[in-house]
Amino acid sequence: MKYLKNVATLQYKSEWCIGCGRCEEVCPHRVFRMEGTKAILIDRDRCMECYACARNCAVHAIEVRSGVGCAAAIIKSRFGIESKECSCSIENTNRGCC
Amino acid sequence: MKFYKINKGLYEPHVASMKIIHQNNARCGCRETNKDVVFVSTKWNIGDYIGAIRCRLGRFRDSYSIQPGLYAVGIPDSKSDVFISANYKLSFNILRKSLAGINAWILVLDTKGVNVWCAAGKGTFGTEELTKRIKSCELEKIVTHRRIIVPQFGAVGVSAHEVAMRSGFRVVYGPLRAKDIREYLKRDYKATEEMRTVRFGFTDRLILVPMELIPAIKKSFFPLVLILALSGLTSEGILFAKIAQVGIPVVVMLCAGIFSGAAITPMLLPFIPLRSFALKGYFSGLIAVLVVYTVWGSFFLGKTFLVLFSFVGVPAFSSYLALQFTGSTTITNMSGVEKEIKISLPFFFISAVIAAGLFAGHLFMEW
Repeated sequence: MKYLKNVATLQYKSEWCIGCGRCEEVCPHRVFRMEGTKAILIDRDRCMECYACARNCAVHAIEVRSGVGCAAAIIKSRFGIESKECSCSIENTNRGCC
Repeated sequence: MKFYKINKGLYEPHVASMKIIHQNNARCGCRETNKDVVFVSTKWNIGDYIGAIRCRLGRFRDSYSIQPGLYAVGIPDSKSDVFISANYKLSFNILRKSLAGINAWILVLDTKGVNVWCAAGKGTFGTEELTKRIKSCELEKIVTHRRIIVPQFGAVGVSAHEVAMRSGFRVVYGPLRAKDIREYLKRDYKATEEMRTVRFGFTDRLILVPMELIPAIKKSFFPLVLILALSGLTSEGILFAKIAQVGIPVVVMLCAGIFSGAAITPMLLPFIPLRSFALKGYFSGLIAVLVVYTVWGSFFLGKTFLVLFSFVGVPAFSSYLALQFTGSTTITNMSGVEKEIKISLPFFFISAVIAAGLFAGHLFMEW
């Protein structure tokens, strides 16, 4: 099942790739595939911006905007009600959405 | 190594429902450490099954947690695998159930009772907590190998190379679903494509519906009661007969919108056209209005304001509810949700205002 096209902020510099294979290991949508000693980006639109790949790339060849894709939290932040964090942050004991 | 029987008094009530096995003088070849280890069964009792259901229905899951620390299934020794878990009890239960017949250690992180995926997104299931827990449980004294198995969704918060540097342990990411662990181990810690691919099938979507529908109904309850009260208003006070005549159709329409946005759209997600959740919700809301007309058409004859209210208000309401579902899926990204909100928020606001006006018009006509 696919979501919107051309919105994902995933960026990948293949020149920096050291071939560790972690991005392929962690991506739940199989966006990266190892081919020999380099990773290749197969389909950017499948990316759900979870940050797992960027988190595990030791050479920072991958960049992506991360944040909670929770509509309720984003709407609230637009009205300045709460920070752009999910309302179930550790400090907030009134666990709304999650 | 000391193995302790767990008293009900020491731990939260939920822990007592797990069957805890007391191990005495087990020779495991580990170096001496006086850290506690909790041995747990790999079977679920009735309380675990009920807990799993209640987690999907309401706020029960907010306090369904266990103490972080070192746990064990079977009789692990210094060569046994180490699995990393969150301290959300459902996560832990699902993991231990999948380890039936296996001897293993389970290192439970303090994720404030939150599941792996959400905690990893927040950072509580992360590099910091993992390295801290490895050190505090003296894992290096428990096992002679240096491998820890982290669930794949944990990668969102765990940086494998940083953990290796700080703790001396090498992270291998396990499959997404616990049920694949056995096969994963057989394949020498190599997962198949299937094991690493997240699914969002009908069952996955269905179990999320109660937590969309129930909050939506709860939040709509008083507004709906208010609508009924207003609709029954006459110069002599509130008449029940009038409520039935004027108000019930409005409420039925709005309930159809709730159901289409919070239940039907999530359930039939891939079958509803267009990729935008707000548009999917709008589409199914429109269908819901048409269905109500088909079934109950005679009631709406001649009531122009009511008809207009239905077409203006209900699909927009359904769209708003469907948009909320974006936070519960594994296929939406934040950039996409922001784009949807940017376009749909003004539309919701305008629709609400017009719908309110049409409702007032409906009341006026029926006065």
